[in-house]
Amino acid sequence: MSVATASLAQDREVDRDTLLEIYRRTMLIHRTDERFRSLLMSGKLRLVYYPVRGQEVVSAAMMTPLRPDDYLVTTYRGVHDQLAKGIPLKDLWAEFTGKASGTCKGKGGPMHITDPATGVMVTTGIVGSGLPIANGLALSSQLKKDGRVTVVCFGDGASNIGGFHEALNMASVWQLPVVFCCQNNRYGEHTPYAQSTSAKQIIDRAPGYSMPAVRVDGNDPIAMYRAAEEAVERARAGGGPTLIEAMTYRMLGHTFGSSYAYVPKELLDEAARNDPLPRFRNLLLQMQVIDATLDEIVAGIERDIDEAVEHALSSPYPDLVELRRDVLKEEIPA
Amino acid sequence: MNAPANKISFSQAINQALDEAMAADPMVILLGEDVADEQGGGVFKTSAGLSTKYGIERVRATPISEQAIMGAAVGAAITGMRPVAEIMFMNFLTVCMDQIVNHAAKLRFMSGGKTSVPLTIRCGTGAGVGFGGQHSDMLEAWFAHVPGMKVVTASNPADAKGLLLSAVEDDDPTLFIENVAMYATQGAPPEPDYRVPLGKAAVRRAGTDVTVITYGRPVLAVEKVAEAMAGEGVSVEVIDLRTIAPFDEETVLNAVAKTNRAVVVHEAVKAFGAGAEISSRIHEELFGQLKAPVKRVASKYAPVPFSPPLEQAFLYSEAEIADAIRSTLR
Repeated sequence: MSVATASLAQDREVDRDTLLEIYRRTMLIHRTDERFRSLLMSGKLRLVYYPVRGQEVVSAAMMTPLRPDDYLVTTYRGVHDQLAKGIPLKDLWAEFTGKASGTCKGKGGPMHITDPATGVMVTTGIVGSGLPIANGLALSSQLKKDGRVTVVCFGDGASNIGGFHEALNMASVWQLPVVFCCQNNRYGEHTPYAQSTSAKQIIDRAPGYSMPAVRVDGNDPIAMYRAAEEAVERARAGGGPTLIEAMTYRMLGHTFGSSYAYVPKELLDEAARNDPLPRFRNLLLQMQVIDATLDEIVAGIERDIDEAVEHALSSPYPDLVELRRDVLKEEIPA
Repeated sequence: MNAPANKISFSQAINQALDEAMAADPMVILLGEDVADEQGGGVFKTSAGLSTKYGIERVRATPISEQAIMGAAVGAAITGMRPVAEIMFMNFLTVCMDQIVNHAAKLRFMSGGKTSVPLTIRCGTGAGVGFGGQHSDMLEAWFAHVPGMKVVTASNPADAKGLLLSAVEDDDPTLFIENVAMYATQGAPPEPDYRVPLGKAAVRRAGTDVTVITYGRPVLAVEKVAEAMAGEGVSVEVIDLRTIAPFDEETVLNAVAKTNRAVVVHEAVKAFGAGAEISSRIHEELFGQLKAPVKRVASKYAPVPFSPPLEQAFLYSEAEIADAIRSTLR
């Protein structure tokens, strides 16, 4: 993959504990994503699912430098971002299955996950709409001087919608503490990047907004972490917004079960060669982390997922009175 | 802004409400094009003096970017701030419908109540002042149709102040509609701490023959017609909804249950307008006792025209209101 890692932070140290934490989050995302797909395949779950296979490291490394109370805005393909931000696994599973014990009482569903306790403020099903909202979260932090940073994740396709441009402009004019994390997975739904996007690369759009930008190999945990940490530190220090373009691959279809025949074999081969999971494991093994350590991390995650799935499947659906609650603050009369 | 003794204008009322809301709660911020004093304090001067008093951090002149304005207001609101987003003209709301309809209105429900959007959206609009087709529409029904939104409008300066303060203090997203033809209209100033509760209509004139339900600028025309018809021996009751969504069904139905005749008047065009909903609710609840079908008076089915005679012909008229009232008495 020919991706320039133009980060100014290239020589930053990323210590072993940090890498292991990124690995834990990576595998939590991967195993959760895999479990969703296997339960969908077996018919035990029915929902529209947006797989995140291939994009695990981008989120894991992006969220690791954040504080728990920092804000996240993401999109319908956002389970990797939510998990990396620390959303409780049981609540997430229960929400994806529409249960009363879900993050949003089952009323939001997979495309609308919110968990303010872990900073997951908005998950939008509308491409590009998260960016203007992220500015508002960041504006609140700027006014309250609470030191929080807002990260908003979106795909390469979102850079073609008006909200992206309005939001980058406003964030730059107001020097908001926000990080725009574009996960360039090469496809907007079924359309390849070059057919929909006039800019050679997403970061080419940043100079027009006088915004620092960096393009990194998002599947490289060290490069991605360095870019994330630098952007988060800049925002927290009052240095304003950053656009990160994290190069990655969507290794599966737009939705679970949808065709992927439109992706050329060469790109699939390239994605397989750059699969972040074996790359990350090999990196850690080279750093003398032993297999047993990594296996133990994954085993713990599997146990947590087992519990979360069991909890979600056995939890009750919301009471029908919920239809009249949370529409407005006052309950709607029967 | 100094008001003439015992009178304030609509724009002064709005200015006072914003001033008092900002003084009372540091979480109240204003966002909008040209709202700061350096830019003139708003194109209708409704925020004049406020950035000087509260600073340009809290009274933020924005880029001409309605999606960014509304998105920023939504984001700030879910952290507990109380933004007032000024969208200069109601037609410009169409530029940021996604943020209003898909986000502001729904985030409370979709988050299971974990977040809420205590946002006030202000916008000016209205035919009769020559702004033509893209600066004059009355689109209140669009927003009233979205679960999660409240929609209000005032017919006099005191109510404008009381309603706007209630909207800012309310925990749900509220659209506050201002009629640009009324900014200079004078009225009695309200008592200090006056609030118009959301969802409560006002009976402007008691009557026994026909109930006219209206809101906003047409309240003035209806009151005038009611006064004239009193001379003919027709007793017209006038209800000013003030809140369009959710509208005060109790007051409306109680009033019509008494007169058994109703007319709904609004400036928005008739087809699929708020009048259809109000009329329908009256028919559903009181069909058996109505002495005539509920009539509607509204603007004509056309974009708002520029040419003054066309613009006047587009608008509802006092003659049409009087005719509608008479038709229910036949």
